[in-house]
Amino acid sequence: MNTEIFGVALMFLLTVLLAIPLGRYMGKVYSGHKTWLDGLLNPLDKLFFKAGGIKPEKEMNWKQHLVALLTINFVWFLFSMLVLMMQGSLPLNPDANPSMTADLAFNTSVSFISNTNLQHYSGESGVSYLGQLILMLFQFISAAAGMAACVVVFTAMKEKTTDKLGNFYNFFIKSLTRILLPISIVVAVILAFNGTPMTFKGKDQFISMQGDTVNVSRGPAAAMVAIKQLGTNGGGFFGANSAHPLENPSYFTNIIEDVCIILIPIAMIFTLGYIIRRKRFAWMVFGIMTIGFLLFVIPSIYLEMKGNPAITQMGIAQNLGSMEGKEVRFGSAASAYWGITTTVTSNGSVNAMHDSFTPLTGMFCLLGMMVNSFYGGVGVGFLNFYIFIIIAVFISGLMVGRTPEFMGKKIEAKEMKIAAIIALLHPFLILVGTALASYLFSHNPTAYASWLNNPGNHGFSEMLYEYTSSSANNGSGFEGLGDNTQWWNISCGIIMLLARFLPIIGPVAIAGILANKKYVPETAGTLKTDTGTFGIMIFAVIFIIAALSFFPALSLGPIAEYFGLHQ
Amino acid sequence: MKQHILPAIKLTLLCVVIFCGAYSLLILGIAQAAPNKGEGQTITINGKIKGYALEGQSFTQDTYFNGRPSAAGYNAAGSSGSNKGPSNPDYLKEVQNRVDSFLVHNPSVQKGNIPSELVTASGSGLDPDISVEGAMVQSARIAKTRNLSEEKIKALVTQQIQKPLLGLLGTVKINVLQLNIELDKLK
Repeated sequence: MNTEIFGVALMFLLTVLLAIPLGRYMGKVYSGHKTWLDGLLNPLDKLFFKAGGIKPEKEMNWKQHLVALLTINFVWFLFSMLVLMMQGSLPLNPDANPSMTADLAFNTSVSFISNTNLQHYSGESGVSYLGQLILMLFQFISAAAGMAACVVVFTAMKEKTTDKLGNFYNFFIKSLTRILLPISIVVAVILAFNGTPMTFKGKDQFISMQGDTVNVSRGPAAAMVAIKQLGTNGGGFFGANSAHPLENPSYFTNIIEDVCIILIPIAMIFTLGYIIRRKRFAWMVFGIMTIGFLLFVIPSIYLEMKGNPAITQMGIAQNLGSMEGKEVRFGSAASAYWGITTTVTSNGSVNAMHDSFTPLTGMFCLLGMMVNSFYGGVGVGFLNFYIFIIIAVFISGLMVGRTPEFMGKKIEAKEMKIAAIIALLHPFLILVGTALASYLFSHNPTAYASWLNNPGNHGFSEMLYEYTSSSANNGSGFEGLGDNTQWWNISCGIIMLLARFLPIIGPVAIAGILANKKYVPETAGTLKTDTGTFGIMIFAVIFIIAALSFFPALSLGPIAEYFGLHQ
Repeated sequence: MKQHILPAIKLTLLCVVIFCGAYSLLILGIAQAAPNKGEGQTITINGKIKGYALEGQSFTQDTYFNGRPSAAGYNAAGSSGSNKGPSNPDYLKEVQNRVDSFLVHNPSVQKGNIPSELVTASGSGLDPDISVEGAMVQSARIAKTRNLSEEKIKALVTQQIQKPLLGLLGTVKINVLQLNIELDKLK
């Protein structure tokens, strides 16, 4: 069997095998059950509770949860703006990198608190070591905030009537100390021993074999790379992200980093099964998400291994597949696999340049972000999926003439309204953003000539990708786009902000309202939500809402480019 | 909102201490035991640093095995790919130019034997590797410019092949810097 294909198959298998026990462990952590790390980490938790003046046993209703979440995010935003706009004159800046402009700092701050990690700067020159450390902090806490919001929804799905949904700070802190921190330490150490730098020394200089003078960027990368992979963050230390040989030195580290991308998103599904005690339901969700994932990843691997038809026409051997923008040590299969894992989750780190993928692989990356819930970001991926479940329950209820019920709670007009708004928000933000940018560009192509790195359909795809990535809180890019301008910094910033917080507020509100309703025990007449039939129903809803609303835009971009290449 | 703002500020400050401070220092401490104390592995010849082991460097001379084209010019302080789309006509012209130039420098090579990684830019602009075919097609040129037998060069290439991880996973590759260092030792 081809070693490249064997490599990616093993990566996926390994991830699932690790995610099942991790999900169970996370379920125990959030339920307050005993785990083997208690002895070591209880003091750390207590430190957090004491310092923050938090009583973890004090339960909150869904509104209090949201206020707590939004307040702390607002504090993070101000803090981040302050550091990024002053980093040039703050300590830990051996390479003398400048402070950020206001619009770039706005974009970067929103990008990191919203778990997006869209980067309109380049790591080597755009940010000091202090800036990197603060951005790394956001990679921890924004991921933990998303996980905490998700656990609120899990708690609300339990079979009882209550408005008490646990303590936000408790979920938040435990996500940090019990899940993200321990795994990050392990991963960072593995990376450091495999060649990723971990130092506070500045650039090094040497004379190469051919006599060129070469400057080498280094820095405290290993610590950051671990959490950027694990927390579906994706913001790399170096400009080329995980394609950079120091950020991702070998095929071995590539396996570790890629497993980390989808580890927690998959584990979260099994956490759900543990918390609400419905393993069958968790497996149904896992099944749907996995089918969706495989539908994207298999054709992408095939297409990248097959190569670029335009280069085949030149008569060049493409035994390695399409190699533009890829690294030899990963090969085209592992690059395509990464491309899909990073876009179906909201990670957004890259080990190959997505701009140079063959057209349809680019489209599958876009679709991964458009659906944004085939595993999805840590925590928020399931929140998106939850919206699709609510809609599917409602539609199937109407189809069979039964009251739509989910987990013993009636779904009524109010919940449906929220679900419909949230489901339509994502296409709205992406398509309006792309339409505005296309309008500006096509009416003044000379003034905006620096925007696009590629002409024609591919140029359109670059703009579509940027807004899709912003709205999916993904952070990867068709990096040919000249995106450090006021237009892109501000428009993407606003989209990231709306697309982060509204899709958290919506599902938490629905779950909170449902939890407060009377519990109706299941009868023979109840629609079963843990069956394959219902799974197909969810899949159809996702396909109709997420995929079809984007079809016109996709046909102007990647699909048109595909047919152009295959004339 | 008021009752949440103080805990939010306090928690954020503690997070700065724990994650920016303690976590980074812990990893920094452990990394002291890693190769070259976590400062990046270097390759030294006669007491002088000749390169970073993991990062590719520019080899353009005919007497060395050439690495992959780089959109960053092998600038190890500003990594980037070309970000050219697969159908971009300017890009395809650039690839065609690389092919033509390769054929001028390696007149004995048939066009159909040029592996694509030698004419396409890497993702980071610092790709340290090429494929085995990528080294083999250059061996005739190296042999000629260095007055060595082609068999000897090919034997060196074969000796430098890096197998897939555990023999099962990933790609077969050759590190260009290592190969050229060994090449300089050949007499």
